[in-house]
Amino acid sequence: MNKLSSRTRQALTAPFSVWMAIFVLVPIGLVVYYALTDATGGFTLSNLASIWEYRSTYLVSIELALVATVICLIMAYPLAYSISRMKAHSQSTMVLLVMLPMWMNFLIRTYAWMTILEDTGLINTFIKSVLSLVGYEFEGFSMINTNGAIVLGMVYNFLPYMILPIYTVLTKIDHSIIEAARDLGANGFHIFTKVLLPQSIPGIISGITMVFVPAVSTFVISKLLGGGMTYLIGDVIENYFLGNTGEVNYNVGAALSLVLMILILISSGIMNHFDKDVEPDGGAKK
Amino acid sequence: MKKLSKLYNFLVFAFLYAPIVVMIVYSFNGIKSRSVFSGFSFQWYQELFNDEVIMNSLYVSLLLAVLAAIISTVIGTLAAVGINAMGGIKKKAMLAVNNIPMVNPEIVTAVSMMILFVFVISKFNSMEMGFGTLLISHVTFCIPYVTLEVLPKIRGMDANIYNAALDLGCPPAKAFLKVVLPQIKPGIVTGMIMAFTLSLDDFIISYFNSGSAVQTLSVTIYSMTKKPYSPKINALSTLLFATILILLIIINVRQSRGDAKKKGAKR
Repeated sequence: MNKLSSRTRQALTAPFSVWMAIFVLVPIGLVVYYALTDATGGFTLSNLASIWEYRSTYLVSIELALVATVICLIMAYPLAYSISRMKAHSQSTMVLLVMLPMWMNFLIRTYAWMTILEDTGLINTFIKSVLSLVGYEFEGFSMINTNGAIVLGMVYNFLPYMILPIYTVLTKIDHSIIEAARDLGANGFHIFTKVLLPQSIPGIISGITMVFVPAVSTFVISKLLGGGMTYLIGDVIENYFLGNTGEVNYNVGAALSLVLMILILISSGIMNHFDKDVEPDGGAKK
Repeated sequence: MKKLSKLYNFLVFAFLYAPIVVMIVYSFNGIKSRSVFSGFSFQWYQELFNDEVIMNSLYVSLLLAVLAAIISTVIGTLAAVGINAMGGIKKKAMLAVNNIPMVNPEIVTAVSMMILFVFVISKFNSMEMGFGTLLISHVTFCIPYVTLEVLPKIRGMDANIYNAALDLGCPPAKAFLKVVLPQIKPGIVTGMIMAFTLSLDDFIISYFNSGSAVQTLSVTIYSMTKKPYSPKINALSTLLFATILILLIIINVRQSRGDAKKKGAKR
């Protein structure tokens, strides 16, 4: 296969190269171009400068996405570990169970939480009816349209993305290493921090990336579960391009997207660096 | 400890499945309420099938997913074969470009393509946003997954077999079809299925690139979530969930049968 002539190679990759050039590289070039020009096409830095107005929006987006990522990590690790210790057959069933909700349209899953969290939704109705049995008037919690609801939506939608990569690295860990550590007197805590955790870093890192990136750039979850009370950076970008509640301005929208893209690039760069630092051989390759 | 971990697993799965169960139950609700269940009925299913907008967008989504899967599989597979034979910087550059749509936040991919389409339309005034732009955008975000699915299969292949075919006088194209293709077929099929499901499930890219004339199912669902509550969404979700479940069960049964056959053959 490696003997393919360079002409054949080029012919094979030509459709790919052309397609990706036109529909991936050119659009990104256009984002940069729009970000640096005004409506008339003249060069300007005012779009990038106007991003300063949205610094708090960026911060809120990053904060909520980080909280959701941490919760996902804490929730996913024990589950991933216990799945990785099951019999082969139950393992595949459990993995299927983790993946199944992901196969459902993500809007529908988020919408279902509206039903549950609403002021007249399931949780409140249930609590109210229980409390009214003992003769207590209860106003109900307000859960929907809060930042908590947004984080819940993020955790719910992206949790499988954290479970699966961690599970994958955990299955590759040789169980006899854990037994050896135990024989040598390590307690559960030490086994976790000295054996399991270092070996699962690659999975944790890809999990974090897979949760953080869609969470930080979402506009659907904040719209449906946040009720438009909290504006995330995705909402702002959406507005500038589609103008549902404000003016359409591709230039500012492009500048916001550019900054978001750079932000993600930097954070994934940091994550990859971290990955290499800890496990130069790519982790638990067994 | 065992019991504790079982309880924990149960709770996480309850969290993952609670909304789905709620939706399924309320799709059979006799009244239009999100909290009170009263009487079992199929009325929302009936309304669903009579809803032209939904049925139309379902058709659009399916057609789009099939076409996007086929086109991206062809482009991605050919690219994987070519990239595998490359070396050094060229290969790295190709893979880097391939990774862009996977690493970028979806909304950035979506708006970048939207800018391109709007730019071209305003310059040439010849087309408009619609099925064409949808298809292009879907093919674009599907290609990288196909490439990455096929690439390891080619790498794991024994190159000597292909070379042997050439030495024996087989023309390269025929050798590719007869020798290479059967070996990388599992990767191609997985890539195609992935492309199909990704396209079917996509919302963000479709939302920005569909224009106003054509709607995919997710875009329709999104507009339904903004309107007053209708249990039709629940009925639709239940049907989708059931379809996926059945498909997965079929795939699993086939796989385990295949495994059993392999084991039998080994004996």
